[in-house]
Amino acid sequence: MPASVTNFATHFFVLGDPLIYGADASIVLVTLAILFVLTYFKKWGWLWREWLTTVDHKKIGIMYLIAALLMFFRGGVDAILMRTQLVWPGMHFLQSEHYNEIFTTHGTIMILFMAMPFIFAMFNIAVPLQIGARDVAFPYLNAISFWMFFFGAMLLNLSFVIGGSPDAGWVSYPPLAGPEYSIGPGENFYLLALQISGIGSMGTGINFFVTILKMRAPGMTLMRMPLFCWSVLAASILIILAFPALTAALALLLFDRLAGSHFFTMLAGGNPMMYINLFWVWGHPEVYIVVLPAFGIFSEVVATFSRKRTFGYASMVASLMTIVVLSYLVWAHHFFTMGAGPGVNSFFALASMIIGIPTGVKVFNWLFTMYRGRIRMTAPMLWTVGFIPNFVIGGATGVMLASAPTDYQYHNSYFLIAHFHQVLIGGVVYGMLAGMYYWWPKMFGHMLNERWARHAFWWFNIGFYVCFMPQYLVGLMGMTRRIYDYPGDMGWNTLNLVSTIGAYMMGIGFILLVLDVVYSIFYGERDKTGDPWDGRTLEWSLPSPAPHYNFARIPIVTARDAWWIMKEARRGDLTDVSTTEGVESVRVTQSKQTAPQSLKQSGPLQPIHMPKDSGRPFVLSVCFFIFGWGLVFQWYWMAIPGFLGILASLLARSFEKETSYHIPVEEIEKTEAAYGRL
Amino acid sequence: MTVAEHHLHEWEEDHDLPLEYSTEEGGLKIFGFWVFLVTDMLLFACVFSTYAVLFRHTNYGPTPVGIFDVKGFTAETLILLTSSFTSGLGTLFMRRGQKGALIGWVLVTIVLGLSFIGLELSEFIADVQNGATMQRSAFLSAFFTLVGMHGCHVTFGIFWMTSVLIQVAVRGINTVTAPKVFIVGLYWHFLDVVWVFIFTVVYLIGELT
Repeated sequence: MPASVTNFATHFFVLGDPLIYGADASIVLVTLAILFVLTYFKKWGWLWREWLTTVDHKKIGIMYLIAALLMFFRGGVDAILMRTQLVWPGMHFLQSEHYNEIFTTHGTIMILFMAMPFIFAMFNIAVPLQIGARDVAFPYLNAISFWMFFFGAMLLNLSFVIGGSPDAGWVSYPPLAGPEYSIGPGENFYLLALQISGIGSMGTGINFFVTILKMRAPGMTLMRMPLFCWSVLAASILIILAFPALTAALALLLFDRLAGSHFFTMLAGGNPMMYINLFWVWGHPEVYIVVLPAFGIFSEVVATFSRKRTFGYASMVASLMTIVVLSYLVWAHHFFTMGAGPGVNSFFALASMIIGIPTGVKVFNWLFTMYRGRIRMTAPMLWTVGFIPNFVIGGATGVMLASAPTDYQYHNSYFLIAHFHQVLIGGVVYGMLAGMYYWWPKMFGHMLNERWARHAFWWFNIGFYVCFMPQYLVGLMGMTRRIYDYPGDMGWNTLNLVSTIGAYMMGIGFILLVLDVVYSIFYGERDKTGDPWDGRTLEWSLPSPAPHYNFARIPIVTARDAWWIMKEARRGDLTDVSTTEGVESVRVTQSKQTAPQSLKQSGPLQPIHMPKDSGRPFVLSVCFFIFGWGLVFQWYWMAIPGFLGILASLLARSFEKETSYHIPVEEIEKTEAAYGRL
Repeated sequence: MTVAEHHLHEWEEDHDLPLEYSTEEGGLKIFGFWVFLVTDMLLFACVFSTYAVLFRHTNYGPTPVGIFDVKGFTAETLILLTSSFTSGLGTLFMRRGQKGALIGWVLVTIVLGLSFIGLELSEFIADVQNGATMQRSAFLSAFFTLVGMHGCHVTFGIFWMTSVLIQVAVRGINTVTAPKVFIVGLYWHFLDVVWVFIFTVVYLIGELT
């Protein structure tokens, strides 16, 4: 082999680590297996028509969900590897460099490629159905958002075996992440992967903001919206206002690395603190971006499984919006120790503590909703009830960390690690899993098995406390984050051992969850009613899974908990109800106050205007991937065609003539008849 | 008409509104684009703040006073402000359904945009020839990035406007092309607003200090 080829290959592929060879082999094998299955069962056309080109929010939501679970697995494996290395002092399981790469990709993947797609999965699956819309405002943009996320995630994941992973932490602070100290393509992978998927996230934020403000069914005023929609509106505002800061931070750091500029370098007048500020101006709202939708899901789940309307709806909305505002005023609490001075630190400390108030309001509202409710301990409810103590502890330690003087003690210790895992896992992951169990029948038409779900929950929940409670202690004893080894005489050994056991228990919980999914695909109870939980909001008025146009007739809403009110009306609170037709009608009313004359269906069916499927979002994102890959390795011969491809895709869209079509009435009738709803 | 019927008819044209708002799709796209402009504005705001932090960090190299060309940036400002006016005229004639006048004013806008870019490029080339490169100091990194980012936006706008112009020329003014004309106009006005800030924050303050 010529020397140049060997030289290229040793830099291009990551060599010399058995774990990486294992990863290489598994990537090749999985890819081959997927190619084989698709070819053998002649599924290529199906994949392209049904999934790769779809603009249907329900299918996009399912793809987000699958991607999020896969990334959860990848990030979880990273966590297990780290905990294995730390189980006892002096372990030789991971090299120090490999450990650095793994904590970097663990954080990056869990926040940006697990939590984000997971919330977007829930946005897509639930929001249009809850507000009585037939799709989001911009279905084509929605597909672009998904594929941009997908190819961004691919870019980061491939860095593991090609070129080397980023290793400067998930926050990627310069000067460590700058050109002098992070040589090689690793950090470029990070910057471009986040940039590409960030564009997708921004698209989703705009899309759902407009969808919720402009596409609600007639009669659904803002204060009649389900709380999940409110939480999505809040998260969308945060995305719109926060992501540009990340875009700027990443772009400027990329210029430093690729073009030799001096934004964040130590020489020539650069200021690394500017990156850290920009990063956290995005980064702190980001944690609310992922946790607010979880709050929304808890609100839905608690109300449904307590058979009560949510306690304190207006205060729930107010606290969501208060958090939106406050989340912009706390970013400097991530770097109290950088010496901004007592005035600045006091401001940010107080602002951070104040966030505890609206959050506390929400916790009490959930508890009061359950109070005297007829509680059913289903899987979504288990995750919700498990969330509350978790979040209370996480919130309390958060207030401790928010106190600037004491933060000098906690900063970058395992106390911090335990705190943010408690709010991010206890808040976001529990919330998303509750949402997944809750809306699973709506997505797939069958339930997840409750028995498996309980096992998964208890393994995960107990594992969580076993894993993270010792970390608070070991943090107070002085153990700092991001170390791959520690001395054996610090008194940390037992706590680390216990923590690792907890991590494995959480791993078992995740495996049980996956087994639940697999089991239920074959044996799960089929949902024939469309309303398996006796739900309260409009998505449960539809069959499971919903037809691709969602609503044959756009519902008219007259009160909060629209579907519940309508069911109450049917149950006999109203006198002249035509029972057969009442099932379909979503003309709802606040039963006792303004009883309607009848619940007849609102008029004849009309042709439905729907967006056309398109393969271009996929192609556009592939072009972004090529462009990004070219920049990672500074192969401009590759980046330029990728960039031209992006422009060509945009132009082609602009010139496209027929972007939508009408579903004829006969076809709607046929579909509705198949569901037994005509 | 009941609420439901009104909703079902929303896809059809509503003649009380200007053409670009007359379909639900058009209205949604315009609203969505306003929201996009919020994100773009914040992106600029972040780069502006970075410039504000770094513009004194000249690293013993070229200073703002040393490299800014008063005639050049004054001309750029006048040209871009005028182009915003002509773009507005285009929208006005679009609403009146006068295709010829619309095309004419958009063409004028494109020509003005091109001359703006030409001036900016010649300014950049002169700077680089005088040793004021992006790699020289934090000030120059921030200067080229901020002004260059605006320039890239304008360049993109020129391509975009040309594509919309072709569509109007071939397909006429209708409910599909009208929102496009309107949105690219919004984009152009937005770039004008950003330039006003660049003029103030970069050039005027730069000349004063």
